[in-house]
Amino acid sequence: MEIFGVPTALLGSQLLVGLINGSFYAILSLGLAIIFGLLNIINFAHGAQYMMGAFIAWVALTKFQINYWVALIAAPLLVGLLGVILERTMLRKLYKLDHLYGLLLTFGLALIIEGIFRDQFGISGESYEVPEALSGGIHLGFMFLPLYRAWVVVVSLTVCFGTWFMIEKTRLGAYLRAGTENPQIVQALGINVPLLITFTYGYGVALAAFAGVLAAPVFQVNPLMGSNLIIVVFAVVVIGGMGSILGSIVTGIGLGLVEGLTKVFYPEASAVVVFVIMVIVLLVRPAGLFGKA
Amino acid sequence: MSMKKTMSLACAAALATLSAGAHAQISGGVVKIGVLTDLSGTYSDLAGSGAVLATKMAVEDFIAKEKPNFKIEVVTADHQNKADIASNKAREWFEREGVDTATELVTTSTALAVMKVAKEKDRIAIMNGPGSTPITNEQCNDVSVHYTYDTYALANGTAKAVTKQGGKSWFFITSDYAFGQALEKDASAVVTANGGKVLGSVRHPFPGSDFSSFLLKAQASGAQVIGLANAGADTTNSIKQAAEFGITPTQSLAGLLMFITDVHALGLKSTQGMYLTEGFYWDLNDETRAWSKRFFSVQKKMPTMVQAGQYSSIYHYLKAVKAAGTDDTKKVMAQMKKTPINDFFAKNGQIREDGRMVHDMYLMQVKKPSESKYPWDYYTVRQTIPAAEAFQPLSQSRCALVKK
Repeated sequence: MEIFGVPTALLGSQLLVGLINGSFYAILSLGLAIIFGLLNIINFAHGAQYMMGAFIAWVALTKFQINYWVALIAAPLLVGLLGVILERTMLRKLYKLDHLYGLLLTFGLALIIEGIFRDQFGISGESYEVPEALSGGIHLGFMFLPLYRAWVVVVSLTVCFGTWFMIEKTRLGAYLRAGTENPQIVQALGINVPLLITFTYGYGVALAAFAGVLAAPVFQVNPLMGSNLIIVVFAVVVIGGMGSILGSIVTGIGLGLVEGLTKVFYPEASAVVVFVIMVIVLLVRPAGLFGKA
Repeated sequence: MSMKKTMSLACAAALATLSAGAHAQISGGVVKIGVLTDLSGTYSDLAGSGAVLATKMAVEDFIAKEKPNFKIEVVTADHQNKADIASNKAREWFEREGVDTATELVTTSTALAVMKVAKEKDRIAIMNGPGSTPITNEQCNDVSVHYTYDTYALANGTAKAVTKQGGKSWFFITSDYAFGQALEKDASAVVTANGGKVLGSVRHPFPGSDFSSFLLKAQASGAQVIGLANAGADTTNSIKQAAEFGITPTQSLAGLLMFITDVHALGLKSTQGMYLTEGFYWDLNDETRAWSKRFFSVQKKMPTMVQAGQYSSIYHYLKAVKAAGTDDTKKVMAQMKKTPINDFFAKNGQIREDGRMVHDMYLMQVKKPSESKYPWDYYTVRQTIPAAEAFQPLSQSRCALVKK
């Protein structure tokens, strides 16, 4: 059977691949959206933090025989901790200034971090094996689905919606949202807003590192893996509406699917399609699909 | 002035010239070699600091063995794979710092830019890292040497061997810019010429990170061989994901531009069985092993063909300067082209009139993890491709310097 001259089997498999990439976008853009929403910081170091997550997993496995499952928890904690230190020592000083200063600081940090990793590990990168329990795959009839990719979809969607639930439906989330709206009043009500902010940044960064560990067995672990991805992820955040939690998740998955479809019909445009959509969305809805104008 | 006095003055002047003879012909009294390479980006592993090290080794060895009566200096710069940075730096070197030759020059765009400056300033450009064939065809000039390899040699070597061994149907995954398209075109021609068939191709944006969509298309095509007409991280990610999606070993992969550093980065598990063409392998014989182990002791990585070629080309250049007794571009180029190259890198290598250095190439197959006995034991030599077959014949040349 064919749809527009493309066999349905191929279409199905490309949509599935799109969903997999979309869940990567979702988890990365979610971190960015949270950080922007509460801190008003455009975290350009997100790609570098994602890369650090992948490298920590690799170093843990090859140098210390620490397996994937431990790394999946430990790497985000470690990178999140670094994020907390960064927030306390540097970012904190920039909140009262224009967005641009935060952007410049985090961009500079990203360049420094990537430079250090390039110097240490070289540019070709390292290979991280798929963990034993998730190697192999399932024949779906229309395609061979690697088990690991299925795991990526399940776990990233779980984390995304878990985060959404925490922010939208719990008391802690309510503090967070209130802090975004009016930090002075929330502070006056006796909630430690600076602490809340520090941990939010730490959590956003930890999400990036978590995605990094998830990505390690799929992509070659190399110092530039984050900078290649981060621009697309920023486009996702802008399309979803800066700072919108649900927007970033839904848009991430949606754009993954659109990208997958583009790869079927006109692969040359698959890197551009996200930006074309961004332009259209910005023209029609400047605040983004889910943003508040 | 008396006749006698005039004569003695003339003699003294002649004597002075004679004693200074050797130095007078070297501009500034020093032969200056510039290594202009990618020290921080995509190609810094295959060229980069390893190429700088190889240059320094060549200079040290040359001084120790040939005892030249001129000084040699090496300067380095990072061109960041940008043509404008490369040509500005080369201009500064040639004009203000008395650099005699700009070398390495990985990535075709930087190479082509520097070749133009070298021609204008009458200095020499020696290229080891860049791969595209226009360097010795449409854009060729008489001050340039393309030393280590080119995409013709790689596509020709790999595509021919794989097709002859029964890989008759091909599908290409091509990176969507000039280099990838040229590579696909060259390889397709070889496949068809050897009785194979190209079933299709897919062009991916450059650079990419997820290749699973393209791989699924290649899988659906049912081709026996998937040709990877891309480079660097695009190639390594394609190979890694092909293994993940169970495409290899049912269909086999052929990397049209791969280096030993790529195999090292991926590991043998995902690269085993692949064919690729190289101009050099550290483990070919005692000579290559001896040199490579010296290189390894500093760099902690075995040399790529680009780095080994860099050593060989610098040594050849310095020998030509010594033999010609000058660093004059025309004379040194003539000397370099006249002298065959015989060292650990090349046997009877020859620089042709189009600037192409022709030497034997090697068709390699990547070992299985179980066959690899020691670190960096990655390749089995499947075939030595003789110099005459490995490179584009002069009869097909599009270089204006080639007389037909």
